Amino acid sequence: MFPAAFDYRSPAALEDVLDSLAAYGDEAKVLAGGMSLIPMMKLRFASPEVLVDLGRVPGLDAVQETPDGLRIGALVRHAELEASELLRQRYPVMAAAAPLIADPLVRNRGTLVGSLAHADPAGDWGSVMLALNAEVVARSTAGQRVIPVREFFTGPFSTVLQPTEVAVEVRVPRPSSRSGGTYLKLERKVGDFATVGVAAHLELDNERIGRAGLALTAVGGHNVVAAEAEEVLAGAEPGPEVFAEAAEAAARAADPPSDVRGSADYKRQVVRTYVRRGLARSLELAQAA
Amino acid sequence: MARITVTVNGADHTDEVEPRLLLAHYLRDKLRLTGTHIGCDTTNCGACTVLCDGLPVKSCTMFAVQADGREIITVEGLATGGQLQPIQQGFKEEHGLQCGFCTPGMMVAATALLERNPDPSEEEIRWALSGNVCRCTGYVNIVKAVRWAAQAMQEQAAPEEPATRQPATEQAATR
Ligand SMILES: Cc1cc2nc3c(=O)[nH]c(=O)nc-3n(C[C@H](O)[C@H](O)[C@H](O)COP(=O)(O)OP(=O)(O)OC[C@H]3O[C@@H](n4cnc5c(N)ncnc54)[C@H](O)[C@@H]3O)c2cc1C
Ligand code: FES
Ligand code: FES
Repeated sequence: MFPAAFDYRSPAALEDVLDSLAAYGDEAKVLAGGMSLIPMMKLRFASPEVLVDLGRVPGLDAVQETPDGLRIGALVRHAELEASELLRQRYPVMAAAAPLIADPLVRNRGTLVGSLAHADPAGDWGSVMLALNAEVVARSTAGQRVIPVREFFTGPFSTVLQPTEVAVEVRVPRPSSRSGGTYLKLERKVGDFATVGVAAHLELDNERIGRAGLALTAVGGHNVVAAEAEEVLAGAEPGPEVFAEAAEAAARAADPPSDVRGSADYKRQVVRTYVRRGLARSLELAQAA
Repeated sequence: MARITVTVNGADHTDEVEPRLLLAHYLRDKLRLTGTHIGCDTTNCGACTVLCDGLPVKSCTMFAVQADGREIITVEGLATGGQLQPIQQGFKEEHGLQCGFCTPGMMVAATALLERNPDPSEEEIRWALSGNVCRCTGYVNIVKAVRWAAQAMQEQAAPEEPATRQPATEQAATR
């Protein structure tokens, strides 16, 4: 299989990427790791006339920690995040998710930012970034805007990004010092997309829950925030009762399709169980922090 | 058409290619390096695994133009001077293949693993090869083959010191 013919641009400067996108508009597509786009092009689900490769743009491949949090460039691959000691220490939700994405070969090329831009409802990073309240930094010839991930996804494979925009980085706010989180994913086998995924993040404030972040994978048109569950948790005393209540609220936020991976009822039950487990694990980590 | 220069198994190749030419096809059809197999063609099986700047990747899901200026190692690049590399030898010794279709990808992925982790556990081997599918062996002998290679490479690195060698149990504990 091979894709329809296209023109290839591989600029060595971000400005040239932005100029190309401004010139070609929705005839062009950005190429990052290519782990979603190239399979789609081979199946001719996507046939862009111009491919603008980010691969040679300098400065997009860094994970930086600032006092405000993490900055993850558009060329940071899943594998680098999987190997990161920093994530294991301070961003346990991300550290838990990274090794569960695709397989090791795909993780050597695919990117976190590309994953968000691709907006697969079964993508794992979307939920992780929702739970952590991250932001996407988008650039175009018109300038830069910072988009909360909670306003980023608009439907299956669609986001608020314009065809002329490149997502240059994701910013993850620094969690409070007494926080913990995890990502739980049910998959049929290694390399499979999630049957259900749950990203949980808890911040403790004087033994009560401060902020709680909870988001779900593969149970709706895009990664969804379990907003009602987050409200149940905020300010509450952490423990099995409130976690069970949050699990019920999260199950109500889930609207999964019945498919080869399981029935809607089954998946909703997985949401309940994983929310309870995820919150319990988050609490353990927060208390140990 | 685009002009690319790719280092493949140590030699530079400059070619005019269509941007849509996949790296796997460039290697197989243009360079006649047919050791890189195409299995699923849908990014699932890893038969097409090559090293790109040292990292194992699926060459059916990369355009040749993306490899411009990069260093590619294919299964043909593993042996040196007609001498099988330890992983190749391991697959032979431990019967790590049946039909052999997945084998080039397995060996290339295992090469990258041992580069990074010269003494992997069974768990680590299985994890590192989890992007490579084998329909024949059931993986048991593939894991053994990689362990064989790891041991052979360690013995090569530290050839003789039998007198001072630690007992097996202590060796395991200090890993
Ligand atoms: C076998 C297989 C299994 C997989 N399993 C999983 C899984 O379990 N979980 C999971 O989450 N994902 C999975 N994936 C998808 C993988 O994570 C991709 O890496 C990811 O979805 C896309 O990232 P990319 O860098 O490869 O993007 P690309 O494929 O290069 O691009 C994807 C889309 O995003 C756009 N885009 C990319 N980067 C930018 C940017 N910086 N700015 C604007 N637009 C951009 C592109 O134009 C394109 O439309 C799997 C993929 C494969 C092939
Ligand atoms: S042929 Fe490339 S992954 Fe199967
Ligand atoms: S030996 Fe036949 S596919 Fe692995």
